[in-house]
Amino acid sequence: MPFGYVSPEQQMRDKADYARKGIARGRSVVVLQYEHGILFVAPNPSRALHKISEIYDRIGFAAVGRYNEFEALRLGGIRYADINGYNYARDDVTARGLANLYAQNLGQIFTESMKPFEVEIVVAEVGDSSDEDHIYRLTFDGSVFDETGLVAMGGQAEAVAGRLKERYRDGLPLAEALEAALFALTEPGGERSPAGQLEVAVLDRNRPHRKFLRLAGPRLERLLAEGAATPPPSGEAAPSGEAEAPATAPEGDVDTGSNG
Amino acid sequence: MGSHRDLPAGMVNHIFTNSGISSFTEFVGSYAPDLLPGRNETLAAPVGDRIPHATTIVAATCAGGVVMAGDRRATSGNIISQRDMEKVFRTDDYSCMGIAGTASTGIEMARLYRVELEHYEKMEGRTLSVAGKANRLATMIRGNLGMAMQGLVVVPLFAAYDPEIDGGRIFGYDVGGGPYEQQQYHSIGSGSIFARGSLKKLYRENASPEEVVLALIHALYDAADDDSATGGPDVTRKIWPVVAQITADGFHRLSDEEVGGHVQTVLQERMSSPDGPVAPLR
Repeated sequence: MPFGYVSPEQQMRDKADYARKGIARGRSVVVLQYEHGILFVAPNPSRALHKISEIYDRIGFAAVGRYNEFEALRLGGIRYADINGYNYARDDVTARGLANLYAQNLGQIFTESMKPFEVEIVVAEVGDSSDEDHIYRLTFDGSVFDETGLVAMGGQAEAVAGRLKERYRDGLPLAEALEAALFALTEPGGERSPAGQLEVAVLDRNRPHRKFLRLAGPRLERLLAEGAATPPPSGEAAPSGEAEAPATAPEGDVDTGSNG
Repeated sequence: MGSHRDLPAGMVNHIFTNSGISSFTEFVGSYAPDLLPGRNETLAAPVGDRIPHATTIVAATCAGGVVMAGDRRATSGNIISQRDMEKVFRTDDYSCMGIAGTASTGIEMARLYRVELEHYEKMEGRTLSVAGKANRLATMIRGNLGMAMQGLVVVPLFAAYDPEIDGGRIFGYDVGGGPYEQQQYHSIGSGSIFARGSLKKLYRENASPEEVVLALIHALYDAADDDSATGGPDVTRKIWPVVAQITADGFHRLSDEEVGGHVQTVLQERMSSPDGPVAPLR
């Protein structure tokens, strides 16, 4: 055995740990279905560096992790969508095709390059009814997860998802969905991000042409006020004092994606 | 970037390579040049009148915006090849274009131009300025010059709402490109001379969008009256001109009912005075 040999298993595990640590350092992003489509919420103090973006008429994108890496994925996704929509028809661009492209690219990078991408992304497509909505979550190694209802990713993703599930139900109105997302993104007892430090967007199935819309300024503040005014669902206890695990490197085996 | 970029694995590689350009046309030109119109080999012989031509488009500014209208006829020589063609296209939320000349090339150009504007907007996170949009269209028209010399001429008319001046702007082109910014109103296509003469008498500064829609329908009626390639309102089939209105609220294509109402008003008036409204002499 040559000196300095590292087994492939060990290499993959090291890469996965590295990527997970990088992702866990960032803030969370949540994506959830609401009454008229899909809502994206990300605490983001920067006005220039977006974590949420439009890809195509019905398709939105959200990411956590390293900005330059997911930005490259975002731009590639827009090129893919535009070229296919131009070559065929606008309805032929689907989130599934885009998710496959990302999976292929992320998988290739994970296995072949020294450093894996430290990103986790969501590709969401709004349909004509909520049954036809698709939300795909992709991890750094190219695994694809077909999600329904809600997704949380980034630092403390599990804790955030747990809080989101407490408040989430099917067909929430927009203001309540936003309230649920903020409840989930805020640590118990923590302070909520002000409207100016939130990046919020929707894929609204009732809009003509392009469904993606950023919510900001007075409109977002109105929605936040409206959401805060509605009482939380009755089963809701006072914030349970469950000990949230701090963001650390997750344990366990390498994500093979075969369980997705 | 990484080694995976150099692998010959098809699109995955090039699509993620950042060229630093936010133009869709430039990207397609390097990635799949065959998809672009007008860049392939020249024709053996000029095509002339044998493929359908789209005809008259008119546009005029209104208070806080701009209105564009187009007739519905496409002709190949003396044949009417289509009665219900659409030649006014939404290109983004605040702009539209109409096409005159070779219909197929024009439709393809409009489709490409729409993607071009959206692509920039998504890549850069901001909308192009109105002047930027107009210049971009000029480059595309110039790219078609070779085909235009072979008979595949297409000339667009571009109209947009400009938030800087809170009003509409109109740009004309020729086969070599442009743009030529037009004040107040403009028309293109085979019936454009008659339409422009009509608009000259009917245009009022800062008129409401409804009044401008009416003036444009009158202008198209006058064009159809004197130009055989421009279609007038088809009363039996209920085919009305396509009318698009762009204001601060964005692009709005008038429904058939809305346009039908205006067309009825025009027809009523023409029943009593076939040459339309008379402008005061002094």
